[in-house]
Amino acid sequence: MSIKVTLPTAFTRHTDGRKQFDSAALNLPGLLADIDQTFPALSTQIKDDEGKLRRFINIYVNDEDIRFLGGETYAFQDGDEVMLIPSIAGGC
Amino acid sequence: MNYSCNWYELKCNECGKRFGNQPLSACPDCLAPLEVAYDLEAVRGTFTREKIEAGPANIWRYAALLPIPEGRQPDLPVGFTPLVRAKNLGRRIGANNLYIKNDAVCFPTLSFKDRVVAVALANAQAFGFETVGCSSTGNLANSVAAQSARLGLKACILVPADLEPAKILNTLVYGARLVRIDGNYDHVNRLCTQIADEYNWGFVNVNLRPYYAEGSKSVGYEIAEQLGWRLPDNVVVPMAGGSLVRKIRKAFNELIYLGLVEAKPVRFFGAQATGCSPISVAVKTGADDIEPQRPNTIARSLAIGNPADGPAAAKMIRDSGGWAEDVSDVEIVSGIQELAETEGIFTETAGGVTTAVTARLYADGRILPDQITVTCITGNGLKTTDALTGRYQQDRAVRPRLADFDAYLRELDGVAEPELTAAGAN
Repeated sequence: MSIKVTLPTAFTRHTDGRKQFDSAALNLPGLLADIDQTFPALSTQIKDDEGKLRRFINIYVNDEDIRFLGGETYAFQDGDEVMLIPSIAGGC
Repeated sequence: MNYSCNWYELKCNECGKRFGNQPLSACPDCLAPLEVAYDLEAVRGTFTREKIEAGPANIWRYAALLPIPEGRQPDLPVGFTPLVRAKNLGRRIGANNLYIKNDAVCFPTLSFKDRVVAVALANAQAFGFETVGCSSTGNLANSVAAQSARLGLKACILVPADLEPAKILNTLVYGARLVRIDGNYDHVNRLCTQIADEYNWGFVNVNLRPYYAEGSKSVGYEIAEQLGWRLPDNVVVPMAGGSLVRKIRKAFNELIYLGLVEAKPVRFFGAQATGCSPISVAVKTGADDIEPQRPNTIARSLAIGNPADGPAAAKMIRDSGGWAEDVSDVEIVSGIQELAETEGIFTETAGGVTTAVTARLYADGRILPDQITVTCITGNGLKTTDALTGRYQQDRAVRPRLADFDAYLRELDGVAEPELTAAGAN
């Protein structure tokens, strides 16, 4: 089983310029552990002092916010496209 | 007139790092949204009430407190919209000191978005962008299309596919490229962050967002000046992304810091539609984080289910002693009608939200009748007429004869036909 993870350009300074990588993680905690191992500098950037994912990052699975899918309990499916995006919004 | 502020740059409010001026919206280190910081000391004593009042009747009278790049001289007369006393609406909802800040008549595209776009595009030009764009629920699309046309910039605008037809037409007419996205605003917004990452375009609410958002402060400056250089007790503000309510507060704090108004506690109240109320829910539950929602409301201009400024807005509202409320689609339509019938102001669905929430805040005793309260109307009803479909019947045409007209009125009023009397008879 493999998922495809896409990063914003702002993160690529911590991944030797890579914007995409594959992961065998089964869920979000697994993906974060994978990032800990593979891209330790990125891990520091996306987590706060308590080791939790910063609240300014949104994670999408295919076209859906992972929070609508169960968040950390969501089991990645083979071929899922996972995106990390800083939360930015328009509107008033 | 020199429009340039003395000094400003991007700053991260989370970690405190500064980044000069560049098209950048999030802190590269902690990813928090960036804000524009000013050297307010530099304008203390020179930015006076007299100088402001001698300036043009638009947002550029406050240019010293806006991020306008050196050498830019914006000339579009945006903003300085009416602040009207709402005695009739006030009587109906139990408010003795209610004012309406009416951005339904903001120039040039009839929403408060004209303010933020004017500031954003001044920066887009300074950064050398030839193409600008935005993700939009409609009003922003209209304003970016209109103002970029005037400035000779190309515009590419992305909107949710189900946007109101009037807002689509009001974008296309300016010659902008409009892309309808098969998804809601949050999908559109996410796509725009990816496009801004790949294309060298100035997205007003993505990579130009810190500058863009500062334009909202002008609402706060105008409220204070139009109240006779004093602050209100309460402000009621519609919330989508949660930016406007915070920027009005920032404006008030700057005016206090510069000695232009007396310091006083102002309570901020947020208004949302129940069908998309993530910030209102956070205020009511005391949550630090926003629980995203899938929007389902006729108030499409407020339909942001995952608002980036939501956590900060909820905290600010609670800290001010204010509150947030949300209202149903039925109440939104009633709010539109009530504002039109009492004050002669036709607002869009977002204004229906704000009006209905304002009424509820008085009814619930959260705002007291004699307090000075300003409710912010941010858009024009001509753009969302579909919300009123079926509310008004178009009656039959009447023959152009006085007798027919008399009969028609009697029919409408349910009055029986009077006995005939000879004209001039005693």
